[in-house]
Amino acid sequence: MDFDFAGELPKLVQLLTGIAAFLVVVALIVLLVDSVPMRWRAWSHATVLLTPALALLAIGLVIPAVRTTVLSFLDGDGRKWVGLDNYAWMFTQPDALIVLRNTLIWVLLVPILVTSVGLVYAVLVDRTRFESIAKSLVFLPMAISFVGAGIIWRFVYAYRSEGQEQIGLLNQIVVSLGGEPRQWLQEPPLNTLFLIVVMVWIQAGFATVVLSAAIKGIPAEIIEAARLDGATPLQMFFRVTLPSIRSAVVVVMVTQSIGTLKLFDIVRTMTGGQFDTSVIANEMYNQTFRYQELGQGSALAVFLFVLVTPIVIYQVRQRREAVR
Amino acid sequence: MTTLTQTVARAGAETAPRRVRRRLSGRIASAVAIAIAVLWTTPTFGLLLSSLRPEDQIKTTGWWTFFADPQITLENYQEVLFGASSSSGQMMSFLINSIVITVPSVLFPLALATFAAYALAWVPFRGREWIYIGVFALQIVPLQMSLVPLLSFFSQGVDLFGVQLLPAWDLEGPERFVQVWFAHTCFALPLGVFLIHNFMSELPGELMEAARVDGASHGMVLRKLVLPLVGPALATFAIFQFLWVWNDLLVALIFAGGTAENAPMTVRLAQMAGTRGNEWQRLTSGAFVSIVIPLIVFLSMQRYFVRGLLAGSVKG
Repeated sequence: MDFDFAGELPKLVQLLTGIAAFLVVVALIVLLVDSVPMRWRAWSHATVLLTPALALLAIGLVIPAVRTTVLSFLDGDGRKWVGLDNYAWMFTQPDALIVLRNTLIWVLLVPILVTSVGLVYAVLVDRTRFESIAKSLVFLPMAISFVGAGIIWRFVYAYRSEGQEQIGLLNQIVVSLGGEPRQWLQEPPLNTLFLIVVMVWIQAGFATVVLSAAIKGIPAEIIEAARLDGATPLQMFFRVTLPSIRSAVVVVMVTQSIGTLKLFDIVRTMTGGQFDTSVIANEMYNQTFRYQELGQGSALAVFLFVLVTPIVIYQVRQRREAVR
Repeated sequence: MTTLTQTVARAGAETAPRRVRRRLSGRIASAVAIAIAVLWTTPTFGLLLSSLRPEDQIKTTGWWTFFADPQITLENYQEVLFGASSSSGQMMSFLINSIVITVPSVLFPLALATFAAYALAWVPFRGREWIYIGVFALQIVPLQMSLVPLLSFFSQGVDLFGVQLLPAWDLEGPERFVQVWFAHTCFALPLGVFLIHNFMSELPGELMEAARVDGASHGMVLRKLVLPLVGPALATFAIFQFLWVWNDLLVALIFAGGTAENAPMTVRLAQMAGTRGNEWQRLTSGAFVSIVIPLIVFLSMQRYFVRGLLAGSVKG
């Protein structure tokens, strides 16, 4: 074995030091809370408990978000004020436009596909004998990283030139049906669809679980009444099931749209954003960390924020209604 | 549960012709369900099977030929985990990094979010509604918006109007993990506070009252009363955070760098996919190593995870 275990020790020491240091912090907080007399005002207790979290939120999210917004009006080095130039770049450059177009395709298709597959599957396996196993099978990809899923699917899409034996499942199927093997990930605009398949594959289980719970919540009387009226399965689905679980469907669609907008890993692992497959989050990374174009990267991040905000607000409203 | 049994009982009472019709449409339905299940399982199964095949076979024949010519080896795993050459994968180092990154990145936000959630739920001070709404609203900020400034905080420190709030960190070697922990902790807090607060605020108020009348401090109430009761909520958040951190690529790429010194497995896999996209024997076994730990956690804690998912998405 060539692996050098001793070389890894400093990491584990760091891990233990980190946890120990953190435990000291936790002990200090508890000690402080205990030592503030109960007759003191409530806010002095709250301060001790809240300060660590609020300070981290300020340093990690609030101040950075403000700074990124400022950076989006500066040039690539973050020195000179350029006004709206970065935003103009985003909406005029052909490359940047492709990125916006792809993001639009993603955010339109993924929620619809994920919800439909999840819904169909949840309805089909509902109250069957193998329901829990069936749901687990589809739910499992949720635990797999987008990077892992990317590799799994690259393998499915793998290409060998014609005449050679195929090792990718998809090309094997195409060849055995008499077709020619294709480089699925290198032909725009179809390749974006092949990437979307991966996202749908990962997320459909989430939709299944959420929608299945909603379906189980439909009152038995309604189902019974529809049955007595002689509703066919299709009628049942469109007239009873779907209207009853509307709010759950909306929740799934909304969470999927948010997740899709921020998506980065699948594109990065599978094509690296080449062959016209890049999306906003991936391009933001490229501009900022590879090309050192701080202004353009920041503008993309701000744009992402602008796109996500209304969806998140809508989701919050939905939640509040669902609670009622 | 009662509605379920009721429905089942009623379904049993339906007339014979209707049952026949249901069976028929049931058959098509089963076929579609099975097709989806197969479609969802096959890609992972293919990856697992491939990772166990000898290198020359992976590269020349499809994994389905395994059934005609079964050959199994652990050599790919040996190579990708323990190989010393830079092209081999060195996954063991990255696996250790993943663990070193993930454990604190779950524990830190878990503890801090619990403190904050308790204060927001059970310490009656003015303005707590506003603070809660503020923390909740921070979920709007996409990760991408805070990456660049946070990175510069680490390298240059934080100063506000000329006052140095935090010194520059300039961490090297194993100390660089601290950056990743810090970033993950910050990013996890809004959701953590939200989830745990939701659960905590539903605890019966009389319980807290009674304890306070007996002279218990907030620290005592939190430790003795609240913590044991909110176990499921903590578990839910811990699993969410574990899966999120373990599977994360973006945060790690930026705050941990790309070397065996600090980077987790996701970073290494993404690199290998980019530069060694045809070394399938390493990619398949490497990917499987990175998948297997979250899968174990996921399968054993699925109950909590689903409960948290439903609480977070349907009920809120």
